[in-house]
Amino acid sequence: MSLVNAENLTKVYRMGEIEVEALKSVSFRIEPASFISFIGPSGSGKTTLLNLIGCLDKPTSGTLKVADVNTSDLTRKEAAEFRGENLGFIFQDFNLIPVLTVYENVEYPLLIVQNVPAEERKSQVISLLKTVGVIDQKNKFPDQISGGQKQRVAVARALVSNPRLVLADEPTANLDSKTAFMVIDIMRQMKEEFGVTFIFSTHDPKIVSEVEAVYTLQDGMLIGRSQEKGGRHA
Amino acid sequence: MLKLFKIALRNLSRYKRRTLLTSSLIAIGVMFVLVFIAASGSFKYIMIGQITDSMLGHLQVHKRGYVASIDSLPLTLNLSAKAVEKLEKAMEAIPEIEAYSPRVKFGGMFSNFIETTNIRVNGVYPKQEIATVPLFLSRIKQGEKTIKKGEILIPELLANGLKIKVGDTVVVIATNRDGSVNGKQFVVGGIIESVTGPGGRDGYMHIKDALEVLRLEEMEISEVAIRLKDFSKLNAVSNRLDEMMSKELNKQGQPVFDVRTWEKLSPFYNVARMIDVMTFFIKLMLIAIVLVSIMNVMIMAVFERVREIGTISAIGTKPKKILNLFLIEGFSLGVFGAVVGNILAIVIVFLINLLKITFNFGRQSGLVLSPSLNTGDILWISAIVIIVSVVAALQPAFKASKMEPVEALRHI
Repeated sequence: MSLVNAENLTKVYRMGEIEVEALKSVSFRIEPASFISFIGPSGSGKTTLLNLIGCLDKPTSGTLKVADVNTSDLTRKEAAEFRGENLGFIFQDFNLIPVLTVYENVEYPLLIVQNVPAEERKSQVISLLKTVGVIDQKNKFPDQISGGQKQRVAVARALVSNPRLVLADEPTANLDSKTAFMVIDIMRQMKEEFGVTFIFSTHDPKIVSEVEAVYTLQDGMLIGRSQEKGGRHA
Repeated sequence: MLKLFKIALRNLSRYKRRTLLTSSLIAIGVMFVLVFIAASGSFKYIMIGQITDSMLGHLQVHKRGYVASIDSLPLTLNLSAKAVEKLEKAMEAIPEIEAYSPRVKFGGMFSNFIETTNIRVNGVYPKQEIATVPLFLSRIKQGEKTIKKGEILIPELLANGLKIKVGDTVVVIATNRDGSVNGKQFVVGGIIESVTGPGGRDGYMHIKDALEVLRLEEMEISEVAIRLKDFSKLNAVSNRLDEMMSKELNKQGQPVFDVRTWEKLSPFYNVARMIDVMTFFIKLMLIAIVLVSIMNVMIMAVFERVREIGTISAIGTKPKKILNLFLIEGFSLGVFGAVVGNILAIVIVFLINLLKITFNFGRQSGLVLSPSLNTGDILWISAIVIIVSVVAALQPAFKASKMEPVEALRHI
């Protein structure tokens, strides 16, 4: 069964009198434990697509099933619950909560979203901080660590709730090459270890070269898909 | 919930200067209101104490209709001895009553044999009068601090106007109930000052002398002043006594007795009411300060944290928790402001008591302002501030919780 199943997905934004078609009848399927990327120039619809898969937005038409749930039917509260239980997010600007320490940022989804008991929470957070290599920074606040460390913390936060799918929008855009590869390696390792599906939206050739499949978008249309490194794809 | 508190407090500490400024504003407002309540309360209670303990008593009982014609002090509306006996019996059954003083009041002519003027005479039992209005003796400025038979205490106004000294002989003439006129000589036993100013014309004599001037063979009473053990039980005792006495009806089936608290007898009650109204408006100002301050701060907080709201929403925080997070921030600001304001108010009230600030009221001088804060006021003001803080945070909190994550994440 596909993890993500999109059929004729269309998204139209209304900007005053003007309607902008950000996605035009896009269809695809993504299987569990995939490591794939959407690429395309600015305005091609990558972020819009990620927002739809991430239940942050709703399609204008078409159907989108994530983990066999028709996400268009979810209310705001249900969508939040669904995101908390099934999805992880990694943002270009890291989006860590500035008033929380590294440890607390990673703990946040377990504490506020999933209400995981303290002991279990602690072991999960510590284990992930060790895996992404920022355990030494656990008591520091986001403004006290480097960009690469911030993105590793963001990866740990995205994975701590054991999501089935992690959506990463330009995750390496603000990182130098060395750090970018390090972060990609960590994500690949997580995918191998926990079977998590990673979907990237990127321009970055470093990511493109590492993923199993690349979906190309242009002017809101899916114009191609290619396999890299023999990865799985639909 | 505790974790949300922790995050909310961290968010408040993020903008220290703004949080401190807002909290200070609330704290100063709380302090100002509490000090005002304490000081005005002290002023009010000193004034009420002066009036009730010097002259009125806490309660008074008259024959129905007497108060309406009190300016003419009508002898025809006196309570009979039998009625007074019934009243005394009822009062003895109420343990909250500390003392009472029956009075015979009449208007008459007062002469020093050279000049004549009018006077309002109060015939009293000295011991009972002093027990009921304990500040009475402090009003006697010259002469012995008592009321002896054959003597009269005259008001300062008359003493000055007619150049009368203690020990002088004067005559009091009054029209009796049957229309005849009677006079009696008295020795001036003392000069008494009025409670509220130099305009008073009330003199005092022993009740038996008053009955003699009025040629009353049987005891008749114009009013009974009552003092309570606990002033805070005023309304309860008044209602109870009124209920007991309302069973006594005259031939027309109307109640004989009229029980009134000091509030219904003294114009100062309106001043006391004005103080209460001022306190109410000052509380309203506090509410406005808190409302505007918190709302302003919370609107700014939401505006500055749009992306953060988008992030926490994206990672699965439910709208209700986002709402609670911002409400807790408003609540915490209110609590902080209220606590600091309470502490400041307690310190200032302590300092005022330490400085022993004095003031004058009417003829009374050197009255010490002794403000006190009661727990009820502190809790009430704190509750108002905290509730208003939460209410003020509601709109920004709703806005935050209703934000679409996709829009919020796009915000720069």
